[in-house]
Amino acid sequence: MTKINRRQAIQTISTSFSSLAFAAMATSESLATNNENPLAPKQTHFPARAKRVIVLFMNGAPSHVDTFDYKPQLLRADGQSSGRTRRIMAPVSDFQQRGKSGLWISNLFPNVSRHADDLCLIRSMHSDQPNHPTAQRAAHTGSAQFVRPSLGAWSVYGLGTENTDLPGFVVMGQGNRANRAHFGSAFLPARYQATTVNAGTGTAGGRPARRTNRGERSKESIPNIRNSTLDSRGQRTQLNLLKRLNEATLKQEVHQPQVEGIMQSYELAFRMQSSMPQLIDLSQETQQTREMYGIGTSATNDFGTQCLLARRMVESGVRFVEIGAGGWDHHTNLKERLPQSCEAVDKPIAGLLADLKRRHLLKDTLVIWAGEFGRTPHGTGGGRGHNNRGYTTWMAGGGVKAGFSYGATDDLGYEAVENRMHYHDWHATILHLLGLNHKELTYRHAGRDFRLTDVAGKVANEILA
Amino acid sequence: MKRTLFVILAMLLPPTSLNAQQTSPAQLEFFEANIRPALVKYCYKCHSVEAGDSRAGLLLDTRRGLLEGGDSGPAIVPGRPDESLLWEAINWDGYEMPPSQKMPRDVIDKFKQWIEMGAPDPRVQKALVHKTKITAEDIEEGKNHWAFQPPKSQASTNIDKLVTAKLREVGLTPSDSADPFTLLRRINFDLIGLPPTPDEIQTFHALFKNDPDAAVKAKVDELLSRPQYGERWGRHWLDVARYAESSGSRNIRYPHAWRYRNYVIDSFNDDTPYDRFVAEQIAGDLLPVKTDEQWQENLIATGFLAIGMKHHDERNPRKFMADMVDEQIDTMTQAVLGLTVSCARCHDHKYDPIPTDDYYALAGIFYSTKTFYGTIRVAQNHRPSELLILPIPDDVPVTERRSQQTIDNLKSRIAQLDREMMGMRGRDRRQISNVRNRIAGELASLNPDGTPKTFGMGVQDPDRMTNAKVLIGGEVDHPAQEVRRGFLQILGDLNFTVESSTSSGRLELVESITSKENPLTARVMANRIWMHLLGKPLVTTPSNFGFSGMKPENQELLDYLAVRFMEENWSVKNMLREIVMSDTYRRSSAYDKANYRIDPDNKFLWRANPRQVDAEAMRDAMLTLAGRLDPVRPSASPVASSRMRPGALNSLSNHTYRSIYLPIVRDGLPAALELFDFPDPNITSAGRSESIVPTQALYMMNSDFVTTQAQAMAVKLEQEYRTTGEQIRYAFAWAYGRPATQTELDASAQFFRTFKSDRPSAPAPNNTTQSQRRPDRRYLNQGAFGDRRPGRGGPGRARPRTKTVDRAPAVNQTLAVFCQTLMASARFRILN
Repeated sequence: MTKINRRQAIQTISTSFSSLAFAAMATSESLATNNENPLAPKQTHFPARAKRVIVLFMNGAPSHVDTFDYKPQLLRADGQSSGRTRRIMAPVSDFQQRGKSGLWISNLFPNVSRHADDLCLIRSMHSDQPNHPTAQRAAHTGSAQFVRPSLGAWSVYGLGTENTDLPGFVVMGQGNRANRAHFGSAFLPARYQATTVNAGTGTAGGRPARRTNRGERSKESIPNIRNSTLDSRGQRTQLNLLKRLNEATLKQEVHQPQVEGIMQSYELAFRMQSSMPQLIDLSQETQQTREMYGIGTSATNDFGTQCLLARRMVESGVRFVEIGAGGWDHHTNLKERLPQSCEAVDKPIAGLLADLKRRHLLKDTLVIWAGEFGRTPHGTGGGRGHNNRGYTTWMAGGGVKAGFSYGATDDLGYEAVENRMHYHDWHATILHLLGLNHKELTYRHAGRDFRLTDVAGKVANEILA
Repeated sequence: MKRTLFVILAMLLPPTSLNAQQTSPAQLEFFEANIRPALVKYCYKCHSVEAGDSRAGLLLDTRRGLLEGGDSGPAIVPGRPDESLLWEAINWDGYEMPPSQKMPRDVIDKFKQWIEMGAPDPRVQKALVHKTKITAEDIEEGKNHWAFQPPKSQASTNIDKLVTAKLREVGLTPSDSADPFTLLRRINFDLIGLPPTPDEIQTFHALFKNDPDAAVKAKVDELLSRPQYGERWGRHWLDVARYAESSGSRNIRYPHAWRYRNYVIDSFNDDTPYDRFVAEQIAGDLLPVKTDEQWQENLIATGFLAIGMKHHDERNPRKFMADMVDEQIDTMTQAVLGLTVSCARCHDHKYDPIPTDDYYALAGIFYSTKTFYGTIRVAQNHRPSELLILPIPDDVPVTERRSQQTIDNLKSRIAQLDREMMGMRGRDRRQISNVRNRIAGELASLNPDGTPKTFGMGVQDPDRMTNAKVLIGGEVDHPAQEVRRGFLQILGDLNFTVESSTSSGRLELVESITSKENPLTARVMANRIWMHLLGKPLVTTPSNFGFSGMKPENQELLDYLAVRFMEENWSVKNMLREIVMSDTYRRSSAYDKANYRIDPDNKFLWRANPRQVDAEAMRDAMLTLAGRLDPVRPSASPVASSRMRPGALNSLSNHTYRSIYLPIVRDGLPAALELFDFPDPNITSAGRSESIVPTQALYMMNSDFVTTQAQAMAVKLEQEYRTTGEQIRYAFAWAYGRPATQTELDASAQFFRTFKSDRPSAPAPNNTTQSQRRPDRRYLNQGAFGDRRPGRGGPGRARPRTKTVDRAPAVNQTLAVFCQTLMASARFRILN
């Protein structure tokens, strides 16, 4: 019962103006004294299978029929008219059955294939958005048309964070179509939005994330994380003065949640100054670990760096990390470019899965691999076109069935036909794995309760371990 | 959302030219044998619903598609091959279709035969009819909703009476008036977005002691007459108007959007009546004018409809148009009427009695409006547009004049590229075409003498007006019945239907919106004004006054304000005066336990709401404290004059002009603004959130910008005041708008005693408005700040001054860090 009351309290204080939220929060004495930090860990609706999430987003939409959706029919139909006056194009790589589970995975992912028995392939994804920007937005926020909170923001809103020295939602190295709206908090309070870390964003992994250190010239990966004029002793003296001034204000005001909020924000910021640089310092990892992620090899260095950082972050209590690779929009020269794109991420992902496993983190860390849609079974100028009617994503760890394949597209891979999973269903399932009921995770804004899945979303119970 | 409420009646309409016609079995056979297979083989790939593509807006999989055509007009004219675009295209005459290779000769001949026989085509698309579920009775009943009832108010009442009545009702005791320091800081930030100077504080304090009302009145009048007023209140409107200087998504720049920004600022400074202000923005191009200046202003005002976010990579022109119109309707109805009319695009409005038909009646008005947003056709932009050429050329051209030689070079480069492109196809051609179009775009923007043309964004009535068709589920592929242009039935007598074929209906629209009979327009704006002054709106969903919006706690008060607003000829300044002069506005924000227990949210206004200083005011205040704020409006905008990529423009945060003049690029906002809850300019914003996140704290502690301002402030203080004690007291005066308290002075003294840093101090930043004047002795011994002495052993001791006159002063790092700490403190950021 207490659980429900807590959640209700948190929901009712949620208005479109967070100052109101602050004010209202303080009305309940118990909340005010112990739990002023809205990011403190929260009770889930039901027991969580996954405590944290790493999203590996492949910007540009990877071909499913060349990677994780095996279509023997496609090979046989190579060169034939697809009934749409186009020519079917056989996969550019062979497939093999992998592991004990016998999942079919193409040779383009030799390293990830070794983890076949950890993967839960979802081969029946579909989206209503055929263009990159809208499809990416929809995949991240559940809405192509409106500005809505990101999946990561909803997750932190629902779960809080485990480490008060770090932000709850971190985004790194997005691909070249990254857009800050994909990681925003929209009408949720701004504290739920992603903090961007610039890392692993050389050429192979796409361009640097846009949401960066705007206006301030600095080479650090986190904007303004270092003070360039004061040493730590000087800064401590400064912060002591700040604290005394703020305390004086607070004393004068008697009751002023905003002042308390500001004081807390400086405390976390001060801690982040030491926790974040340490967190992103990969020299603390062994050479062997770094190699496992492909760091130091030009093709895999960037994405490997992101993967390793992602592990370090979830290990330290960051709730939701998204990393990304770009350049998957293979309209031409699929034969050469797809293998390159796969190579850039294959070893890093395998390294991540292996590392999480050996640290016993994979069991409650949900790893998600996805693009915004798939590609057509027929060819267009040596590449493949956009196919939003059927594509593949996968998950690993965090309470999903391992070595499992869910859903299917038609014989050629055009359209999801069995156990179809829309991005709303996908979101509902991800939240479910985190212990959150997507229908109950709501936020009142502009007079109505909003949720990530709008009025849709069905949890795919069959993939739950 | 687009699933449930609407009913589709799919049925065969009686034969019309667009649908079924009498087709003989022989003709049918001819079509099936020769034409359908050819269309499937050569055309469907890019022009069919099945393929999900309708390049150039053309669908060839239905008879309707052929006859209605795409971007370039009907694809066939039955019986007339020579007038049919399709015929030209398949002969590669003008268009070259299919693009890879011509159809075989015999197939082409069959098309000719077929068009000559009247293009018999059995592929009849079922005519769709959308039927609304919202009945006339529903709409009648809906009119009882509070916001659709006209606002009424008694003549004898006023703000304080209405507030006090509520307070008494609930058992609350209003708090006392704010002290003059708090009040002045509040009025200053609220009206002009800048902190008062110590001189101003001194003067106000002295006046206030004798006659508070007179002091406040004089201050309000003075501030409202300053140009900074428009820069403050114009920005509030720009939030609502989702002002930005790029298109979002593919982010193509809008180099002329800044004119609209300046128009908004000037309108507030001129106190243009709000009804006129709204009319200009929606139909400025149609309003009668006497002078070119007025004509120019009105045209720029319509930029309101043009500056929205656009999906330039959309290939389907109908979809693009539908989305653009939707964006215009969404922004306009939320901004001005507080209604979410766009919800009715895909289905009847779920909460308000706004049937889909009403949406498309309004859409017809905007379909009958040509929007000039001005972008060039390149690979990222399939939907270019022209710009308006303004009647009065700029005095100072926005970009440099190009020499005749440059123009000639550009021309010959185009000729060269044209030659190169001949015979090229595919990717190579597109790349060259991009370059060519960019150059052509630049040439087109120049006058013959090489100066840039004076362009603006905005709208015009087109030659031909069109009604909109209801789109089932909002999908452009599913047009249903046509709806006559008009407005909202829920507005009763204010609704109208456009019968004329020569008028878009925009004039009727603004008449209806700005009518004093309109129950929404004045209320919505009064509520926004109240929100900006009191910190919280009366209707807490300021852009949604519909059924799903929130009812005002004190509707009498809102109605009184709305009525007063209209009585005072929609003068925003008069509204501001009246509110600021009220006791309600001037109350202290002090906490009171008994009141708090009853009304913690301060719904009934027993005190003033403590608020956060918003992003622009924070930045402007720091620049003011530093003595570096450049008060002059910069010419144009870096988006217009700089060749930087839109994404790189946010690096200009270090400029020292007011924040409203920073380039606002969608998805690339200046850090100083974005971190502090600047609204997403992709959509209209009803109000800002007030977040407190650690990245803001990092910014205040460590960013170059804040450090630079703090150092400049230290230099300024050292130049003006001799002793550390004076410097400290004046720092507090600037930052907090009041004398420091003893606790604050003690904490400061301790800081000055203990602060040490091993890092060498930085060189002084360049002060743009450095003042060399000596300290004014008045402050030291009397008045607002002179009546306190620093603590014993504290910072009162004079410090030896080491700098010499002709050398750039080294920054006193201790003082600089002290100043930065004041800027970072809660007291600076919170407005009481």
